Amino acid sequence: MSTERNAETNAAGNAGISAVELQGVDKTFGVVRALAGVDLTVAAGEFVSLIGPSGCGKSTLLRVVADLVEPTAGTVAVAGTSARQARLDQRYGIAFQQAGLLDWRTVAENVELPLQVHGVGRAERRRRAVELLELVGLAEFAGARPAELSGGMQQRVAIARALAPSPGLLLMDEPFGALDEMTRERMQAELLRIAGETGAAVLFVTHSIPEAVVLSDRVVVMSPRPGRITEIVAGRRPPVAGDDLVPDTVEDVRETAAFFEAVTAVREALRKGAATEGHAE
Amino acid sequence: MGSTRRLRSAASAVAAFVLLVVLWELAKLVLPDAGVTVGGTRILPRTDDAAMPHVWTVLARLGAPEVAGAAEPRAVGAAIASGALFTLGLALGGLVLGGIAGVLLAVLMQRFAVAEKAVLPYVIASQTVPLIAIAPLVAGWGGKIAIGGWAWEPWASVMVISSYLAFFPISVGMLRGLTSPREADVEMFRSLAAGWWTTLVRLRLPASVPHLVPAVRLAAAAAVVGAIVAEISTGTRGGIGRLIIEYAQSATGDPSQMYAAILGAAVLGLVAAGAVGLLELALRRYRGSVA
Repeated sequence: MSTERNAETNAAGNAGISAVELQGVDKTFGVVRALAGVDLTVAAGEFVSLIGPSGCGKSTLLRVVADLVEPTAGTVAVAGTSARQARLDQRYGIAFQQAGLLDWRTVAENVELPLQVHGVGRAERRRRAVELLELVGLAEFAGARPAELSGGMQQRVAIARALAPSPGLLLMDEPFGALDEMTRERMQAELLRIAGETGAAVLFVTHSIPEAVVLSDRVVVMSPRPGRITEIVAGRRPPVAGDDLVPDTVEDVRETAAFFEAVTAVREALRKGAATEGHAE
Repeated sequence: MGSTRRLRSAASAVAAFVLLVVLWELAKLVLPDAGVTVGGTRILPRTDDAAMPHVWTVLARLGAPEVAGAAEPRAVGAAIASGALFTLGLALGGLVLGGIAGVLLAVLMQRFAVAEKAVLPYVIASQTVPLIAIAPLVAGWGGKIAIGGWAWEPWASVMVISSYLAFFPISVGMLRGLTSPREADVEMFRSLAAGWWTTLVRLRLPASVPHLVPAVRLAAAAAVVGAIVAEISTGTRGGIGRLIIEYAQSATGDPSQMYAAILGAAVLGLVAAGAVGLLELALRRYRGSVA
């Protein structure tokens, strides 16, 4: 299967090259210092979550990596090249909280959009869309309109679209923030399976501590004003052992002592960050 | 579902027309011929046959010859039909010209914020200049133009004046449509390394359709009005505008003929609106894109 091929190329081709490398990244909007001295490296295939209170700059950090926001200072490398070049080469895929599908296109045509923008031929696009919709479990909805799908299904289409150019990096800004709890947990399991199958690294912005812990290799805790990394906690990302096993392992992880320990560690790190902020003011 | 709704709207349009006819005849039946006058001011119009001819008189007039006793008699209905067709052609030409100008202006204003600031006030101001003032100007300038072997014809002036009215709703509606995509969608296209042109074709143009269709409907009506007024004020022959003027001059003796011409102008407007309905049908894929 071609997704396995992608996993191989992502793992082999990026060996030794970090998916993201940030050094001393600063971002100032007018007088507001959104990011201050952020250093962060995401290894190839690694799952890293950014967590912190509103206004801590985690979305801004994601947009810096995506080259949607220019940093005021510091260096940004994505897949071994500049953030701008990485964007132009479609080296990353991005998904936002709102699925942001185009209503006048079918589900398959939405998935094809990144390939179409890059001038990939129609037949190749079709083939890839079918493959990706199979990956996210929506093969039979290829001809449907986005408005006919539920919120969770729309988000899965958005993930398939982000994966279309076979990127080595997925950037996700609270992609499950608008979903109900049950759908959200199912989507987390889906995302883990997809990340495992494609071998893509993931930089994931979230408000939810359990979500960050269950998905991530590492959880990056940030504090606001100015946004900086206060602590990095080891996550409890379960190993991928096959297509069907993941949902079970995800459920299992949620009930282990290690999971609760990590949740507590992240919560305390967040509290500490809030406390230092209080002192600063 | 869509077809029953269309059927219902067609039925209510017919019902409205029937109601108008009934009211017209009822007014003739109930109100006094001299109208209603209170303290020297007439508050309801005269209803005698010279002011308000019977509906059937107007319809019968369509079949009667235009000029009694002419060598080659032409029925009033035929004259009105050929005039209406002539004007319809000019109005559609004006709509296309105005549509192209309006869309190009809107794209320019969307692309360059400076252009929006500089041009938009003039776009709005253009519509406050009375058409009757512009018409002789256009005809005068046009008369001096000759491109190759083609000399400027009066009908070209009519088309240009008609497009002058039509471009306005299209440029304003199109600008709204082009700027309607959500910030997140624009950001998505940027993340895909899509340039301005790709973003225009794949995002902004499809997203503008729901704003564009009602704008074109307004523009079509404006183009018809513009063409008729332009025919009258430039004295162009062959169209329904000229017929209305000619028939109005004999209205005191033969009011039904003028009403027949006005009826023709109304049907003309309906046909133009119907043409926009076809456009809407062709673009229905994009109709739900306003979030």
